[in-house]
Amino acid sequence: MQRILALIERDVRKFMRSPTLILVSMFFPIVQLVVLGYAFGGKIKNLQVGIVDQDHGIETVKLREMFGAIAANAQTFETVLYTDEKVALADLRDGRISAVLNIPPNFSRNVMEQAAPQVALIEDNTDNFAVAALEGAFTELLGSFNLRGTNPRVPAQATLQVVEVYPYVPYIQYLLPGSIVLAIFISAMIGGGIIFIDDKARGLHEGYLVTPISKLELILGFTLSGALKAFLAGVVLTTLGSIIAGIQHPLDPARLLKLLLVIGVSALALISMMFLLMVRVNDPLVPRATFGVLNTLLFFPSGAVYPINGFPKWMKVISTVDPFTFAVHAFKELILKNAGIGAIAFDLAYLSLFAVVMMTMATLLFKRSL
Amino acid sequence: MPAIEAIQIRKCFGSFCAVENLSFSVDHGEMFGLLGPNGAGKSTLIRVLTTLIPPTSGTARINGFDVVKAADKVRRSIGVIPQAMTSDLDLSAAENMHIFAKLYGVPREQRERAVGRLLEAVDLGQWADKPVKNFSGGMRRRLEIARGLVHEPKIFFLDEPTTGLDPASRVSVWEMLTKLKKEHDLTILLTTHYMDEADRLCDRIAIVDHGKLVALDSPLKLKASIPGNNILEVSFSRLPDGWMETLKQLPDVQDVKADDHVFRIGSNNGPRTTSELIETARRAQVEITSLSVQSTTLDDVFMHYTGRQLRDALQEALKFDPSFMYKRQ
Repeated sequence: MQRILALIERDVRKFMRSPTLILVSMFFPIVQLVVLGYAFGGKIKNLQVGIVDQDHGIETVKLREMFGAIAANAQTFETVLYTDEKVALADLRDGRISAVLNIPPNFSRNVMEQAAPQVALIEDNTDNFAVAALEGAFTELLGSFNLRGTNPRVPAQATLQVVEVYPYVPYIQYLLPGSIVLAIFISAMIGGGIIFIDDKARGLHEGYLVTPISKLELILGFTLSGALKAFLAGVVLTTLGSIIAGIQHPLDPARLLKLLLVIGVSALALISMMFLLMVRVNDPLVPRATFGVLNTLLFFPSGAVYPINGFPKWMKVISTVDPFTFAVHAFKELILKNAGIGAIAFDLAYLSLFAVVMMTMATLLFKRSL
Repeated sequence: MPAIEAIQIRKCFGSFCAVENLSFSVDHGEMFGLLGPNGAGKSTLIRVLTTLIPPTSGTARINGFDVVKAADKVRRSIGVIPQAMTSDLDLSAAENMHIFAKLYGVPREQRERAVGRLLEAVDLGQWADKPVKNFSGGMRRRLEIARGLVHEPKIFFLDEPTTGLDPASRVSVWEMLTKLKKEHDLTILLTTHYMDEADRLCDRIAIVDHGKLVALDSPLKLKASIPGNNILEVSFSRLPDGWMETLKQLPDVQDVKADDHVFRIGSNNGPRTTSELIETARRAQVEITSLSVQSTTLDDVFMHYTGRQLRDALQEALKFDPSFMYKRQ
């Protein structure tokens, strides 16, 4: 035990004396949380929509009034009037506007006669997010247009009433669990990857190997010291991130205890995985070269930034085994829903089993010689 | 029972054999040197002896324990200073010592005493709490020597302890080693490619080249084992026919070797051979372009047994592919 503690002591002392390293391991996830959180979290506003009115009828005037109301309130789009359709389409192609709404001649007459009136939305579909926002706004707007003056006191059509179980979750809060796992991962990558291989290349491990320390003590020492650093990174990110993202009662003791448990198990799982990946590596460039690939391969399929249900099948396979997925899920349950231990039990079990399997494989592959 | 016993050790990496059937033994209290150029197999051999790599064949016993079958007991018996400086730069000298004392399982009370005493012994007492990153190369090497002794081993291995140090630091490390050997009753095995280091420190020297043991004895006996007490190194403006035979006929000459227009003449009487050489050259109208006379050195011993000078062998080793050297380590 004394030998394991010696390795941990050495790592912790070095860690505490390298403030730059500490900042780097925390800085990236915080920047990502803030930038991505606000970049993707807001509603799309002020899209420029050209309107070509070829009808000039009473119904068109009403329709344009409704456009004006949305432009003034929800501000999803702003309207620009065109008299010439060709000029409007040229502006669309040149990127000056995002869509053209073409109101054809006889639109008002067709409305009055209920003869399948149509308006056309010609859109710049290179931006899926803007298109989705526009189509949503226009569909809603036309729905209201169609219902004008026909609303009975008791609606004849089925309507949907939405009840939200939890308070509104801004995207930055949705992103926070992923950022915490990312901080743990970066710390595991630096401690279990880069520093581990650098120490090996500098001959530090040679110094350890000539002492009577056993193979198991070495592995436990390396793993636990790495997990401890990753744990600290996770705790800092959970606290700071909760404050930045505006999580309610971030320091609630009952939730904090469960969070610490998830941080600890996640740190062990990720450091064990890193140790397995690096156990036979000698070249200091390898962990640096694999950092980006690993980050992408583990972070994005985990559901940290986008729901897993939207992934193609092959990516869902990665999500199914990715430890990030389970860690992110557990953090979401605790941070966004303040759920009980039952909601995270499977995640904890998977992450623990994952850590044991990774450690066992790493132990089998670890060479207690040069 | 010898302190160190190597029996027919062979270590191969694929088809390349770094050490080939090497045998020797080191008695308790002896300072034993492995002398040879880079790539001679010294570091590989010391790694086999210190349990870092297993031998391909053969065996070694340290303090009576087999390096493969009783590796843990061997590790408890020895102190090792690897070739690379392996102290943690971010930690202080004392912290480095304490970490290793704990790795060796030294009890707390003994640890405190040993760290203070050893740091004083290597003249680093006042630097105990300073970070190692501020130390010079010589100070770091002295710290590592102290670190290697923190569990009070009786057998000490040092792999090129003064490589990369300036002359003053080298002398300081030599003095430190001599003092510590006496105070702690140590058996020391060191590798070096510095002839003066081996000559000054070692009771016995094993000359190793291309993984093979080419000579083993005390420095004095090694030097006495080659022909001549003096070596004349001489080069000429031209070489008349039969010039080598002419040189061999000079008085007191034991041996003549030619190496790229430089003749190395082993003589039992340097001054007499020199004056006769000058006279013979004058008569033959051959101009002497350079001439030096020196006592026999270990370089001459290395030259005698390997056919090349140690300094040339060191240059050859530098041409090795670094990645290849890395893999071998």
